[in-house]
Amino acid sequence: MSSSTTPALPMHEIRAEATWLQRNKMIVTPLLFLLPGMLFFAVYVIFPIFQSFGISLYRWDGLGEATYIGLANYEELLTDRNFEISLVNNVKWLVLYLLAIPLGLFIALFLNQTVVGIRLYKSLFFFPFVLSQVVVGLVFSWFYLPREGLLNTIIMGLGFDSLNILGDPTLATYGIIAAGLWPQTAYCMILYLTGLNAVDPEQVEAGRLDGAKGWKMLWYVILPQLKPATFIAFVVTIIGALRSFDLISIMTNGGPFGSTRVLSFYMFERALSEFGFRMGYGSAIAVVLFLIMLVFIGYFLWQMWRDERDARRG
Amino acid sequence: MFPTPIEKRSRAARITYQSLLPLALILWLLPLIAVMVFSIRPFSDFTQGNYWGVPSSFEFFTNYGMVFFESDMPRYLLNSVFITVPTVIGAVALSCMTGFALGIYRFRGNLLIFFMFIAGNFVPFQILMVPVRDLTVDMGLYDTKLGLILFHVAFQTGFCTLFMRNFIRALPYELIEAARVEGVAEWRIFWFVVLPLMRPAIAALSVLIFTFIWNDYFWAIVLTQGPDAQPVTAGITSFNSQFVAQYHLMSAGSIVAAIPPVAIFFLMQRHFIAGLTLGAVK
Repeated sequence: MSSSTTPALPMHEIRAEATWLQRNKMIVTPLLFLLPGMLFFAVYVIFPIFQSFGISLYRWDGLGEATYIGLANYEELLTDRNFEISLVNNVKWLVLYLLAIPLGLFIALFLNQTVVGIRLYKSLFFFPFVLSQVVVGLVFSWFYLPREGLLNTIIMGLGFDSLNILGDPTLATYGIIAAGLWPQTAYCMILYLTGLNAVDPEQVEAGRLDGAKGWKMLWYVILPQLKPATFIAFVVTIIGALRSFDLISIMTNGGPFGSTRVLSFYMFERALSEFGFRMGYGSAIAVVLFLIMLVFIGYFLWQMWRDERDARRG
Repeated sequence: MFPTPIEKRSRAARITYQSLLPLALILWLLPLIAVMVFSIRPFSDFTQGNYWGVPSSFEFFTNYGMVFFESDMPRYLLNSVFITVPTVIGAVALSCMTGFALGIYRFRGNLLIFFMFIAGNFVPFQILMVPVRDLTVDMGLYDTKLGLILFHVAFQTGFCTLFMRNFIRALPYELIEAARVEGVAEWRIFWFVVLPLMRPAIAALSVLIFTFIWNDYFWAIVLTQGPDAQPVTAGITSFNSQFVAQYHLMSAGSIVAAIPPVAIFFLMQRHFIAGLTLGAVK
């Protein structure tokens, strides 16, 4: 591939260019192209990960001297009740957020028709995903308002007592997760709509001839073909669940009584809010969250690596 | 096609489906519709407890006029534009190059570098927060738009590289080989052969990154404060404390904050969805 000297070039240029650079251009070129992007990424993403590991071993208020305290921050985490609440809430988020995948599939199946105006319906079903989480959070906190909110107007209209969802420590987290499911379901829906579009019609016909329909058809013929869409839906939903921060910050700010904290929010609270600037302790929380995410990241990368390998063979 | 096309079903099924569609949509968008109704009500409706009855007057112009002329909202919106547009340009430019390097050349460590970009793109923001904030303060860029832009460009390069590299992989490699046989220099191959073919990918990524950055909230509150540099997502919380409990104005404010990415989405829908669903089909 690297034989680039052609008769088309004048003689003197060939001689001038047959330098070290010329011989190694298939290595030098990609390196030069990678350099700016890698530099940025290293400075702002890769190094900070390691720095955070380091900071988590110190007591530091972000301004003065940092004191090395070994694993003391992590020991404190073990007995920190708020850390425990955050961790449990993270599990709730992870499990309930995954509902976005079947919900998205359900809506996609509902909308996968060709009636007049269906394109507009698809866009309108999708567009909550385009809203910022801040707006989604505000919209839902007003929707949930005990007196003014539409939800309670409907609930009371049906003859039930009104619910103060975000003011109730046992309900608040679920209320926020429901708000988060709204855009996330829209995302999964669009992934599945794209996937359904590419389903092989011949296989569907063959399935019909074999007498498969309804659930059986979905399970044995359609879902296997939707596997790439499901994988991406799974990746973005897991990452989204563990990243949840904006909604909590907007809707409850961690309350009531700290019952809606998750690790990402608790870390921010410890390191950068009126609760004090405990950078070391905050970093320790971030490291725990990172390690949890690393399990999933590792799994995703492993899957992608297998695809790459298969693509190379195929 | 699955499920069975509705045209092949009975007339009753068709009619049920056609009438179910708008109902489902209204139910799906109900929280948003509620906010839209709030945003055109007069303040008196709220003091009199008329939350969901017929609005006593139509105050669209008064409420939205307040947002645009009596608050800091226009500044926040402008900040968002000045943060988002340079980020889009920077991240797309960098990732065209990284994507080209990783998609075209075979060298040791290629896949490793590629996977580093992907992995970095998935990490929780909190593990970056303290060092990135420190770095930004040290560079004298705390509470500036540039400080936010630099970080966003760097972080988005991860996702953009994943996107661009996979896109370039799918291009016909013979084109590049043919250019090499012709003796075209490598950077010229990038500029004159590959870049023109990447136009759809650049469009899709630009639209996506615009939305992601416009909607960012976490980094806005970590790296900026106050109306000089804060984008609209962070500014809206100050806006809401200025008009506390005035739901008609707060609703109008959040709708205004949401409009630019929504407009971009509806205008560039094809690109947006192509970008978002990359990889959903093999």
